[in-house]
Amino acid sequence: MIRITGGKIYDPAQGIDGQVRDLCIDDTGKIVETVSGGRIIDATGMVIFPGGVDVHTHVAGGAINFARAMTPEDHRRTQAFIRTKTRRSGLGGMAPTTFATGYLYAGMGFTTVNEAAVPVLSARHTHEELADIPIIDKASLTLMANNEILLEQLEQGEYERAKQVLSWYLWAAKSYGVKAVNPGGVKAWKYGHDAKALDTPIDGYHRLTPGQIVTNLARICDDLGLPHPVHLHCNNLGAPGNITTTLDTLARLEGHRAHIAHSQYHAYGGDGWDTMCSETTVLAEYFNSHPNLTTDAGVVLFGDTVTITADGPWQHLLYKLTGRKWGNLDVENETGCGIVPYTYRPSNVVNAVQWAAGLELLLMIRDPWQVFLSTDHPNGGCFWRYPEIIQMLMSAEFRRECLKKLPDRVKSRIKLPELDREYTLLEIATAMSAGPARALGLTHKGHLGVGADADVVVYEEQVDIQQMFSHPRYVIKAGEVVLEDGDIREAPQGKEFLVRPAMDPATNDFIRPLFEDCYTMKFEHYPVELERIEHPDLRDCQPPATS
Amino acid sequence: MPVTLRLKRPPIVPLEAEFLSPDVLATLSHAEISAMIVHHGKRRLPLSEFFDVEGERSEDLVLHGELHKLRWVGRGMRRGSITVHGTIGMHLGAYMRGGRIDVHGNAGDWIGAEMKDGTIRIRGNAGGQIGAAYRGAMSGMRNGLIMIDGSAGLEVGMRMRRGTIVVGGPTRDFTGLQMKGGTILLRSGAEIRTGAWMQRGTIISLKPLQMMPTFTYSTTTTPGFLPLLSRHLAPHGITLPTGPYQLYRGDRAVPGKGEILVLA
Repeated sequence: MIRITGGKIYDPAQGIDGQVRDLCIDDTGKIVETVSGGRIIDATGMVIFPGGVDVHTHVAGGAINFARAMTPEDHRRTQAFIRTKTRRSGLGGMAPTTFATGYLYAGMGFTTVNEAAVPVLSARHTHEELADIPIIDKASLTLMANNEILLEQLEQGEYERAKQVLSWYLWAAKSYGVKAVNPGGVKAWKYGHDAKALDTPIDGYHRLTPGQIVTNLARICDDLGLPHPVHLHCNNLGAPGNITTTLDTLARLEGHRAHIAHSQYHAYGGDGWDTMCSETTVLAEYFNSHPNLTTDAGVVLFGDTVTITADGPWQHLLYKLTGRKWGNLDVENETGCGIVPYTYRPSNVVNAVQWAAGLELLLMIRDPWQVFLSTDHPNGGCFWRYPEIIQMLMSAEFRRECLKKLPDRVKSRIKLPELDREYTLLEIATAMSAGPARALGLTHKGHLGVGADADVVVYEEQVDIQQMFSHPRYVIKAGEVVLEDGDIREAPQGKEFLVRPAMDPATNDFIRPLFEDCYTMKFEHYPVELERIEHPDLRDCQPPATS
Repeated sequence: MPVTLRLKRPPIVPLEAEFLSPDVLATLSHAEISAMIVHHGKRRLPLSEFFDVEGERSEDLVLHGELHKLRWVGRGMRRGSITVHGTIGMHLGAYMRGGRIDVHGNAGDWIGAEMKDGTIRIRGNAGGQIGAAYRGAMSGMRNGLIMIDGSAGLEVGMRMRRGTIVVGGPTRDFTGLQMKGGTILLRSGAEIRTGAWMQRGTIISLKPLQMMPTFTYSTTTTPGFLPLLSRHLAPHGITLPTGPYQLYRGDRAVPGKGEILVLA
């Protein structure tokens, strides 16, 4: 049992904005009204947030492992975690190793993360890696927008069958939701092409278009009542002028819920690299008028990183642009993957526009319940650099200092110099915890109300915002003090969130012959067994009531 | 008086001693140097287990013995000198930023890897990957001068960006692999695939080379920069014919704008 006294609580879900209250945690790791006895933590002069929730990151699975293997130069220069009594060894850097990932997330007050791109074929490996990430709770999303068996159902107009198939895949992967990456584009990449227009049939299909995939996946997620809506990586990522595609994609959602991933990469104007500019005003306005949508910003931070995405064609283009290392994976009938190490430079006009665009979205989307902190780790920057973003959001003066480092010719292409908004602590708590938890449908996360998971972070209030958010004084995970005064004290195993949407039992027999016709592994070996998930937490699906 | 280390017990497995650098030793007493921990394989042992130590607090380090298992000497050094009487192992002067290393004997692989400045001279033969980039890194040496009097191994100057490498004896395959800049002077030629995937930079050979088909003969010329290079190398007793040279451009497979000059 723990009682935290004297701290200023920021709990957006309950509308508590810096009020000094006691916070009580019982032995089951839940927030309760009161406790008698137990440890008392004096948090006078400190601020208390719900544990951070990262709605979009890449911390486990084949792609990040490929990235780790491709960047040995980063391992030589990066922070090493030396084994101690409470900590296992590992490496930080651009793509931290599994144990280090847990320590680094917890080390800045994050207690839940969502691995946003898992092919079913590598789900087993991903779960093994997620189990190796200590302290934090995890969820994972399954890549479905280029799955050939699913696309075939959509091609034939078999919506109900497609819904059953998707439901089967989600349970086979033991995942939490649906990720759509470059719908149809990764499938087209197998023919050496891409899918940039939403109304043009995809290579290999007569009728099916990327727009239809978007509409159907969003509808299926809502009809299955998944806690998290479709998690959408739009077509045409990173390309100048892609705002048109993005707005067109959003229109295809037809009122369904959706989470738009790393929207910064989808908010560009211009008709070439020479004229590329930020079009975040239009995109932010769309979000402001559509409360059914949420997004994570996908902020770019200057420096070295490694980009990984299932968007294979984009990664090939990036490789061609940079001439750096390139890795490409083809995941049979499901998806693909590309890996390219990259350095974002302030002197590069395109990079400078990207940097500004991410911040602009965070500042121009008015409701912090709709836009969340992310770098699309590790694509825009490493997750352990989130405190840098927080500082830029909370200080317009600091942003102005940063803007001075950009080339003058960038200034006419971005909106950031005109923005004076500064986030309050309550808004930061919303964007880094309460908002993402609500978007993920994790009702027991992201708030400090009675019955919530006791994931709590205590920061010492400081003028140096980056320092404050980089080094919490205490981090409590499920009622256990895991970090105190900068040291990992305990490294418990977190949970993994799963869903089991309703499914027609005959779907198994429907998929089997299709599977055996085109996959290289046995059908029986394909689904991940529930026993493989070390600490599963099955969340409810709430399909709409049928009339 | 320099700090002098004489080998008294040859290591059985590689001995890693990256603190053996003038920057570190300049501030240490005799007792502190003797007690410095080296890694003998995975075992951590004091330096005095392997060496007799003389001198203290000096920017000059002298090593005596057959030290082919001693690694990482002079790693990242910025000043002072290291003189080796005998052989020396891998990674000598890796990441070095200044100072001078002189080896009166043979040396291992990865000499001067990713160095940024300074001078290294090997009086005997050296291994491969001289001045190279470590695996995965974008660039090898960025400045400085490496002189090998004898022969050298594979991938000499791999991904080097600036600086100069001079090899007196022959080098093995892939000299100047993925080279991005700088100069490699081959006084006795090289084996195959010289300049493979080179983007920029200059390889000068005083002996005929087996050219890759992706290099194109351009002209026979007397480059204007050679007298400057000669003057740069003259203090080290290295001379360079002024020409004429056959100029090849490539590697077109990249496509690159590197040049290979072969003495006509």
